[in-house]
Amino acid sequence: MKFVSYLRFISIYNRSYIFIFYKKHINSLIFLVVALLFVSPIHAFELSGVVGLENLGFLEAPLNNQQHSNYLSGVIEPKLTHEWDDSKQMFTFEPFYRYSQYDNRRTHFDIRELNWLNISDTWELRVGISRVFWGTAESEHLVNIVNQTDLVEDLTMEEKLGQPMVNLSLIRDWGTLNLFVLPGFRERTFSGSQGRFNFNPPLDVENSQFGAQGFKKETSYATRWSKSLGDWDLGLSHFYGTSREPSIIPSTNSTGGLNFVPQYPIIHQGGLDLQVTKERWLWKLESIIRSGQGPSYNASVGGLEYSFYGVFDSKVDVGLITEYMYDSRGTRAITLLNQPNQLIFFQDDFMTGVRVNFNDEQSSEALASGTFDRTTGEKFYGLTIKRRLVDNIKMLFEMRFYNNNASINDATYFLRRDNYIRSELNYYF
Amino acid sequence: MKTLLVIVLINLFSGYCYGYTDEEFGLQIMEELDRRDSGFGDNTVETKMILKNKSGDETLRMLKISTLEVRDDGNKSLTIFESPLDIKGTSFLSYTHALIPDEQWLYLPDLKRTKRISSSNKSGSFLGSEYAYEDLTSFEIQKYKYKYLREDIVQNKTCHVVELYPQYEDSGYTKQIFWIEKDRYIPLKTEYFDRKDTLLKTQEYSKYNQYLGRYWRSNEMNIINHQNGRSTKMISEKFDFKTNLTARNFDQHSLQHSK
Repeated sequence: MKFVSYLRFISIYNRSYIFIFYKKHINSLIFLVVALLFVSPIHAFELSGVVGLENLGFLEAPLNNQQHSNYLSGVIEPKLTHEWDDSKQMFTFEPFYRYSQYDNRRTHFDIRELNWLNISDTWELRVGISRVFWGTAESEHLVNIVNQTDLVEDLTMEEKLGQPMVNLSLIRDWGTLNLFVLPGFRERTFSGSQGRFNFNPPLDVENSQFGAQGFKKETSYATRWSKSLGDWDLGLSHFYGTSREPSIIPSTNSTGGLNFVPQYPIIHQGGLDLQVTKERWLWKLESIIRSGQGPSYNASVGGLEYSFYGVFDSKVDVGLITEYMYDSRGTRAITLLNQPNQLIFFQDDFMTGVRVNFNDEQSSEALASGTFDRTTGEKFYGLTIKRRLVDNIKMLFEMRFYNNNASINDATYFLRRDNYIRSELNYYF
Repeated sequence: MKTLLVIVLINLFSGYCYGYTDEEFGLQIMEELDRRDSGFGDNTVETKMILKNKSGDETLRMLKISTLEVRDDGNKSLTIFESPLDIKGTSFLSYTHALIPDEQWLYLPDLKRTKRISSSNKSGSFLGSEYAYEDLTSFEIQKYKYKYLREDIVQNKTCHVVELYPQYEDSGYTKQIFWIEKDRYIPLKTEYFDRKDTLLKTQEYSKYNQYLGRYWRSNEMNIINHQNGRSTKMISEKFDFKTNLTARNFDQHSLQHSK
């Protein structure tokens, strides 16, 4: 009962109140977890997780003097799981908290997972907050729409906010059909005024707009059918509800200054994801059609990955990745002040990357990639290195460079001083 | 015509005397091994891998492995990584086939992402150990051609020595030599020869226990790589048979919520 009422609360929250919400209801949350601890034998609970330190350093001086060149931050993400009923029922609780120096919006709390899963022979039911991943491509994730992006965590859009959901999976011979009811809308996270990766004029996230008539739609719906047919893995999906990706509306603030406001319209989005696995080749495709956010458009990302195993008689595996990204909206400038707009980074872009897996005791791995925009000439470069230092400690090193001389009409224009180096030290328990 | 008839007769006669060719006898031994191990249904096991480098430093890997026997096809298996803790919850689903490529999926809990992966990585190292992926997939008769070599004594037991030539693609081996104990039809030792046909690894199997009064499983296996001086010991605990697992426990959903 407690759980259900909690979900009802969750469904009415709104990003600007999220912190207050959690503060207000942290007691009921603790009660819920403690209650669960008491009703079940303690040994069946399992606690694991990660605590990490991060240093985010920028190579260039910031665009405005409120911003900084170096940010220290810390993160904690414990995970509590419990199984009962012969592993047919499962409870997961995974809160998340990051503290970031200077950036009051990157300092944030979220519940990544708080759900109950019931597993049966031909169906599964998940109720609560969770995250879902759809898709096959590496360079961008077009079809992956269930969860909102936790953009302050990572510009690659891979980190997601927990989403309240009721998810029924029907598991049959003809494939798996996933049905989602998604109450409660999460707004995308953006960095605070002292943080990097900022808009200029600034983005006013306190005054987000919703829907075509300014109506904030609470509940979204999604469905996905998927099936593996030999070496084909295929998924077809549809989403109806509040767009996870905001349009950027030029506006004026209370003192008459210019700013941008995020607008989340109601959309329909159809998606296709496909992977064909042929020996050492992986062929990947994701396509979407979206209506309701400006004129209808389609976007696709497709490509391939080829792997060499044990190069030069060593244990090292090397994978080569090439993908092409297309968006029918074409190049649009964020700075056009007369229309709602979206940030479209990839509308005619090639990504190439090399993945190196060292297969050593330290599980060392590296991924280097470059993305080139054929229309605008914009370039992104990325390098990520991960390595286990000792048993429970893993380090991550990441560099991301954008072209510094982007023109004012390019999507990367607002990132032109944001080349960064990120170092992380994570302790797992 | 007369000579031809004589040749045919001689051949028939010699064949009868000799019994079988080495190839046929090798196949028969492995078929018997396969026959004695079939019908186990399903099992689960907790496995500890101890990776040892040249200077003797040890690293641990903990795995939970479930296996489902599939009639007339390769087995299905689900491997859950327990440690190191940074990959805890990562799991690996594999549908082994005899000659067509295996189907494999990897689940990454951080992103909650399931990736279909290429099963061509037969010779690659499994989690940095001296085991290659192909060493850990289920044995299927059609995967190899066979040749009986000789009798030998290993661990004080009389063994058939049989050579196996992989017939599937992407194998890192030209051949494997198995020492199969005559009484129980279980392997006691394997030698692996790389693509240049030089000795690469030796594996020894010990601490055999019998389950369900029939199936033998080695609780301690040790594989030594002669070319890089490293070794991996695989210690298996808590073998559990007939645990009511079904194909449903080996699909992409189970992959996602296994832990």
